[in-house]
Parts: sequence; C-alpha cells; structure tokens
Amino acid sequence: MTKIVIVGNGMVSYKLCEKLVEKKSAASITVIGEEPRPAYDRVHLSAYFEDANADKLSMASRDWYSENGIELVTSEKVSHIDRDNKQVTTHNNSTYSYDYLVLATGSAAFVPPIKGVDKKGVFVYRTIEDLEMMMAYGKKVSSAAVLGGGLLGLEAAKAALDMNLKTSVVEFAPRLMPRQLDEVGGELLKSKMEDLGVEILLGKATSQIAGDDSMTGMDFSDDTSLDVEMLIISAGIRPRDELGKEAGLEVAERGGFVVNSLMQTNDPEIFAIGECASYENMIYGLVAPGYDMAEVVAEQIANENKEYKFEGFDMSTKLKLIGVDVASFGDPFCDNVPHSPISIADQQAGVYKRLNISEDGKKLLGGILIGDADDYNMLHQMYINEMALPPHPVDLIAKGSGEGGAAIGVDALPDTAQVCSCENVSKGDICCSIQDDGVTDINGIKKATKAGTGCGGCLPMVNNILEDTLKKMGATIRKEICEHFEYTRQELFDLIKVNEIKTYDELLAKYGKGAGCETCKPAVASLLASIWNELILNQATIQDTNDRFLANIQKGGSYSVVPRIPGGEITPDKLIVIGEVAKEFDLYTKITGGQRIDLFGATLNDLPLIWERLINAGFESGHAYGKSLRTVKSCVGSTWCRFGLHDSVGFAIEIENRYKGLRSPHKLKGGVSGCIRECAEARGKDFGVIATEKGWNLYVGGNGGANPKHAVLLAGDISKEEVVRYLDRYLMFYIKTAEPLQRTAPWQEKLEGGIDYLKQVIVEDSLGIGQQLEDDMEILIANYSCEWKEAINNPKIRKRFAHFSNTDQDDPNQKFKRERGQRFPVAW
Amino acid sequence: MIFENKTIEEVDVWVNAGHVDDFPEDGGSNILYEGEQIAIFKFSTLNKWFATQNLCPHKKQMILSRGMLGTEGETPKVACPYHKKTFSLETGENLNGCEDTIQTYPVKVENDTVFVGLYEKK
Repeated sequence: MTKIVIVGNGMVSYKLCEKLVEKKSAASITVIGEEPRPAYDRVHLSAYFEDANADKLSMASRDWYSENGIELVTSEKVSHIDRDNKQVTTHNNSTYSYDYLVLATGSAAFVPPIKGVDKKGVFVYRTIEDLEMMMAYGKKVSSAAVLGGGLLGLEAAKAALDMNLKTSVVEFAPRLMPRQLDEVGGELLKSKMEDLGVEILLGKATSQIAGDDSMTGMDFSDDTSLDVEMLIISAGIRPRDELGKEAGLEVAERGGFVVNSLMQTNDPEIFAIGECASYENMIYGLVAPGYDMAEVVAEQIANENKEYKFEGFDMSTKLKLIGVDVASFGDPFCDNVPHSPISIADQQAGVYKRLNISEDGKKLLGGILIGDADDYNMLHQMYINEMALPPHPVDLIAKGSGEGGAAIGVDALPDTAQVCSCENVSKGDICCSIQDDGVTDINGIKKATKAGTGCGGCLPMVNNILEDTLKKMGATIRKEICEHFEYTRQELFDLIKVNEIKTYDELLAKYGKGAGCETCKPAVASLLASIWNELILNQATIQDTNDRFLANIQKGGSYSVVPRIPGGEITPDKLIVIGEVAKEFDLYTKITGGQRIDLFGATLNDLPLIWERLINAGFESGHAYGKSLRTVKSCVGSTWCRFGLHDSVGFAIEIENRYKGLRSPHKLKGGVSGCIRECAEARGKDFGVIATEKGWNLYVGGNGGANPKHAVLLAGDISKEEVVRYLDRYLMFYIKTAEPLQRTAPWQEKLEGGIDYLKQVIVEDSLGIGQQLEDDMEILIANYSCEWKEAINNPKIRKRFAHFSNTDQDDPNQKFKRERGQRFPVAW
Repeated sequence: MIFENKTIEEVDVWVNAGHVDDFPEDGGSNILYEGEQIAIFKFSTLNKWFATQNLCPHKKQMILSRGMLGTEGETPKVACPYHKKTFSLETGENLNGCEDTIQTYPVKVENDTVFVGLYEKK
C-alpha cells in the first residue's frame, strides 16, 4: 500500500486528508503536526476571543482521523527529511517512512527585526496558543497596539478591543489594507475603525520597542512614540520552509518551497501545499487556494491523475471586520491599466464602492466595496466570467438600501461560474444537484456539493440559484409557508375558516409542527385577522414587529405614529392637536406621500401616552404599521375644483372608513380622483376610482414600490354602490388567494387569464362567489375597532410598552441629533 | 461587555428579572442591569426560558427582546425585528448569515421569579 506522510496539521493538511478519504485512496496516511490539537479553523481565530472555545474551531476530531484509518501524531515536530531512504525523523527521534511526502507546514508570523521585539508583552497572532498567552497578558494591562494594518492586523485589533483594551493600529503604509484598498477606501475604513474606538497611526516605521523587561511603548522613526503595554505583531507571514535547505529542496527567494503546477517540489515525490508553497514566486495567504492545492495532490495520489493542475488563484476577498463589510476583487487599483473607474462614496452611511471598468466599457476589471458588500458575489462573478456589463454599470452599485439590488440576476451566470471558491463548486454543479438529484433546499445542496460549507460567503448566491433553477424547472413549487406548516397560505386560510380556528397555537397544534418561526407566525396572524378581525394584540407575539407595537419601528428602536386622516381631510383643530403632541414628545413631523402626517422618534414608553392624546382628540390608528388598508388618497374634487366631476373627497372618506384596518397579504392603498387629471394618482394604488361623466371608473392592481405598476380598468362608468360592491369582492378575493407578502399587481398578473379572468369573477360573478365575498367583507367591517384605543384601555396590554421590564428608564442607547429644527436619529 | 461566557457553575450573580407573568407568552422582555441590556425570553411552546444580549450585532440596535421566537429544526431561535437575522437561543450563533455570535445567559425560575445568571468580568 502507498505510504503517505503529511507534515503539518493545519486547515490545508486536513483538507488533503478529507479529499483522500473522499476519493477512497488506498493509501496509508500519517499526519504529523507540532501543535497539540488536531486541525482547526485558523481563519476564524478571532472568534476564540469571544468564548475561548477551541472545539468550535475544530475542523475534525481525533476520532475522525482514527475512524478513517489516518494516523494522527500531534505535538511532534519533523526535524529531518532523509530523501534517499524516504523517511522523516521527528525531534523525538521517531521515524516514518513514505512513498509520497506532503509538506503542509504553513507559515509563521513574520516578526520584523525591530530592536526590543523580544521584550515581554510582544506577541504574534497565529495559533490558539498565541491567543491564550495574549489573553492572559491582556488581563494585566490596559492598552495594546497592533503592528500591521492588513487583514489579519485588523482582526487582531478586534481581538484587542474584545479584551477591553485601548487599541491602536500601527501601519507602515499611508493607508489601511494597502494591498486591497485604494486611498478613499482606506480612509473610510480608518474612520469606521476610529468610530469603534481604535486609534489608527499611519505611515509609521517602528524603530524600537521601549521598556526594560516588559515593553512600555513604541518609538517611531519620525521621533514620535506611543505609550502602550502590549504589542501584537501582524506584519505578514513567513513560509515554514526550514526543512527545505538541509534536505536539498529548492526554496524561493522570498521563502517557500518552490512547486510546479502539480505542487511537486524539485523532488517529484515530495509535494508542498498551502502557505509553505511558492508557486510562480507567489505565496498564497488564503485558505481557498490551499484547498485547491490539496485537491491537486489528492488527484495524483488517489487517481494518478496529473491533468488536474493548480493554475494560480484569484485573490478576491470579502470579509467582515469588526462589523464592517470589506471586499475587494480582481484588480482593485488598476494603477497601470487603462480603465474608467466608477465610484460612490457616502461618508454618512459609511459606504464606498468602486468599480474599475475596461476602457471599452465592456467588462469589469476589479473593484472595492466597503460598508455594504451585499453585491460582492455577483460582481465577483461578473469579473471572473468576464460577463457583459449592463448599459449603465453604475446601476450595479448605486441602489437604495432595501429594495432593488444588483441589476444582474444569477440567470446570466454561465454554468462554469465558480460559486463557492472554498470548495470549488460551479453554478453547473449546483444546478445538476437540483435538476438531476432532486435536491430542493440549501441543506441538500450543502450535502450534495459542499457549496457553502467553507466560509459561507456564497450562500446568498447559492440560494438565488436554487430558487431560479426550481422556478425554471416549472416544477409546481408548492409554496408551503415554512418548515412548520406543510400547507400553502390558501390551504391554511381554508383550514382556519372551516375549523373555526382562532389562535396560532391551536393551528400549530392541529396542523403544524415545531414551535413556529418568524415566517409562519406573521403569515398566520394576518390570516386570522383577515378571517376574524379580532384584536391582533390578543396574540401580540405572533405579530410582525410593527403590528405587535401598533407603530412603525424606525432607527434606534424608536417608532413613528400615523393617525388616520380619512381621505386626507382634516380640521384645523385636529391639525393643532397633532402639532401639540409632536411638540410635547419632541417628534419629527413629516407629511407622507399618502396625505397623512407621520410623527417620528417616539420611544416605546411614550407610545400609549401619544395615542391617548390623539384618541381624545378624535383620531384613530392609521394602520401605517399593518399589512392592511393604510390610506385612500383624494384630490379636492367637485367641491372646490373647476374641473372636478364628483365629490372625490367624500367618496374617499367613505371608502377609507369602510376598509380601515382590513388585514391583507400586503399593505393596501387606494385613491379617488374627481376627474381624469388624476391629482390623487389613483392609478398608482391597489385600487383607484376616477370620476367620469357617467359615474366612476374602477381600476385595480396599481403598485408603487420597487416594481411600479399602473392599475388596470376593472369596470367603467359605474355607480358608487357598484364601486363598493366590486371593491368588496376584489379585496376579499385577493385576501383569500394571494401568497403572503404578495402585492396586488403581481397577484393579479399571475392569475391565469389575468384581468379578463378577474372581470369575470368580480363583475360577472362567474364563480358564483360574489355574495359570499361580500358577506365575508361585511363581517370584517362589523368587527372593526381601533387598536390603539384597545391598547391604551387594557392595562395588561399597556404594560407591554416599556423598553425595560424592570425600570421605567428610556433606552440609554437611543441617540438623536437636531437638524432643520427637528430631532433626527443618529445613523447606524 | 462587563460579562463574559462561562459555565453555569461560574455564575457570579443571579439577577432578579421579574415575575413569570411579567413576560409575554412566547415573547421577550428586556431588563437593564448595571448598564447592560439583557433580553429574556419565555418560550412557552417549548416550556423553556432563554436570555441573550439585547443588542443585535447586525445594525447594532438594542432590539432583540422585541424579536419573534421560533425554531429551525430543533434549534430554538429569535428573529431580530429589524431585518430578520435569526440567532440560536442556545449558542447565540447567527443562523441565517455571518453576523457575530451573540451572548447567551442561563436562566432559572424559582417560586415564579425569573433569574438570569451573569458573570462579572474580574
């Protein structure tokens, strides 16, 4: 049997073992590592500072090695390679003979030759043992500096912060992460770090470490100095190649065993992989290329396949540093490459994005993302696959937060696109597992392809591919609500109604499993409200957050309050009350797009007091927080307008009062215009009514938002009574049959037959359900009550509106500033 | 943080968080103790109590106590009301993303009073 000895027991060594096991290699494997524990995840080392739990970082247990017949030797250091007799000797004088030797000795921290670097209090950031020593020392001191402002240095700074130390980062270059970021990006990252309380010293060359026995500070070549009690050196890595020279293995100028594309050293029976290998004069300090190298070696050993070669590696990275997204891909600088850069810098939001576009405007050469790296995966893929750019590449990075998103879908990716770089999984691999092996969820894909099991950064994209592929397969995807209910929304609607189920717990007990989740709870809450219209606060904890507290949650845990002003009509007295309330509670006020007044910045504690004042003045909840009817907007109509045909204000008030508080799959808005000039913009609403010479036109399915749609005509020249009857039917039909969170426009478009079918059902009553829909609506209308009123009048419910249950204090972390005479939240 | 993760035997102080009835069924409540905000959850469906830091690491908002409880497989979790980041109530791990792990604390109930176990950093 072939004997393989692997020297080193890091992540890449483990990956090689895993690949050999997977490929069922008939070899006997011995792994010799000098650290006391089996391989662990060094990439996430800083997590160790949070809980000092080495097990969580473990890649595999000792049992894994023994179960797979691998001999694991720890706490032993290989000190000699005897190439003639093909054996290695450890410092304990044990010998192991090999047919193939794999050097996976990794790297050590590079310690620059600075005077005094051997003083107490100076550490490197590399192994769990390093961290343990640092943590012990960190308890005795109050300040720490990190030497090196690269990736690992900033990780180390987070570790120092976690130890509650006053933290400084000292970098020789004039900016942070000089190899990944440009000047603007480095500057933004610097200010973000400073916000977190890290002092950043740039352009500093350290001349000596001050102190007698223990260090007390650092002196710089510009004659400045820093008083600091502890130093963490993170100035780069040095390959562990000391076994090389003595054994006659070729070592590169900057260190590392010289390897060819098969990872062979100059002795073809000795391989080197990971950070100790130098391929074309390059040391790869990332784990993904190391994994790739492991695969190359495993292929040769297990399958004698010499076709699979290492061909260099894309060094794009995305990571989260102390809660700040940082990513760079391709050539982030394009220093000497002709290109046209596009960049967006939003200091206030802490976002900087840069794209380097080729001169012909056709492809992406590289880029930098700071503060918001959501689009990294897609942009990285566009870069790797040299995909064609959209006509306005700026769209790729200029999106509002929340809605929208990168302008290119996963559909545009070629099958060869590498989606998971840790495990080298392509889009094609993922699609295959879905199409051929019947995989239907993320966990299945992880099992089948290993995609997403490394750093996990590709998971959002894997999910998009999954959904896209399933959709394309035309497999009627049963839209089961979530893992807790094997029913669609419509099925649950029927079950609740037929069995007269009134609570979530009852439904879960009868038809569900587990303990529910944030998907099914609000969906069922909406169904219960749409069917019975009982007070939603009786089951407050299944309501989405806005419904639970009857107000819209905003930044800093504050709320905004919108009183109902039906049709937008309001008396001066009521206006004054709103002004007084806003003044008393120091609320920011704004007129909304739907003719209402929004009062922002209310604390949880103040909500009942604010509502009480508003209710006493005759207001009700405007349901701005609910998936429910929010507003019916109106123009002034025939009462004042010289063009107005009918009383649009009066009709808008009537309709709004009829449907106020009506719970639905998504929020609902309406509009009534007095003539075709459409000053109420009624056709941009879920339902729009427009006056005609002969009566009213009723339009349905208009949406604002990310995918705006104009409403389409359902019935023309009809009377007010007919408008109301059709609206009852339309809204009830929508409520009963739409998916959760599906707005009216997409619902209507997906109905087979579209608007023509809707006309048949609503106007011609082709299904014979018209009367039933109207009756259902009547029940809901009859059950209406103002939720604010109930909340303030019920002492038990009222008690829930406190930030703390053990004190009346406000949230001390809520922060505001003043601008334009009003109070604003401080940005997050 | 004035507290750090330790085992239940090492709890320094059991803080009185209130009467069991002060907590909504299958919901959370928030307490203030020496400047720290701690979210305490009464997971009635599972008949269990949990406690975590109140701060959601995603957008750094003091909000988790207002989150929605649920399970993912066997794992009890809380969903942040802001952007539905979910965290294991047992380990604090972010289940649907790569946010930092949140702090969790032991909870005990004696004579209908809820206590949360904290460890002072020495």
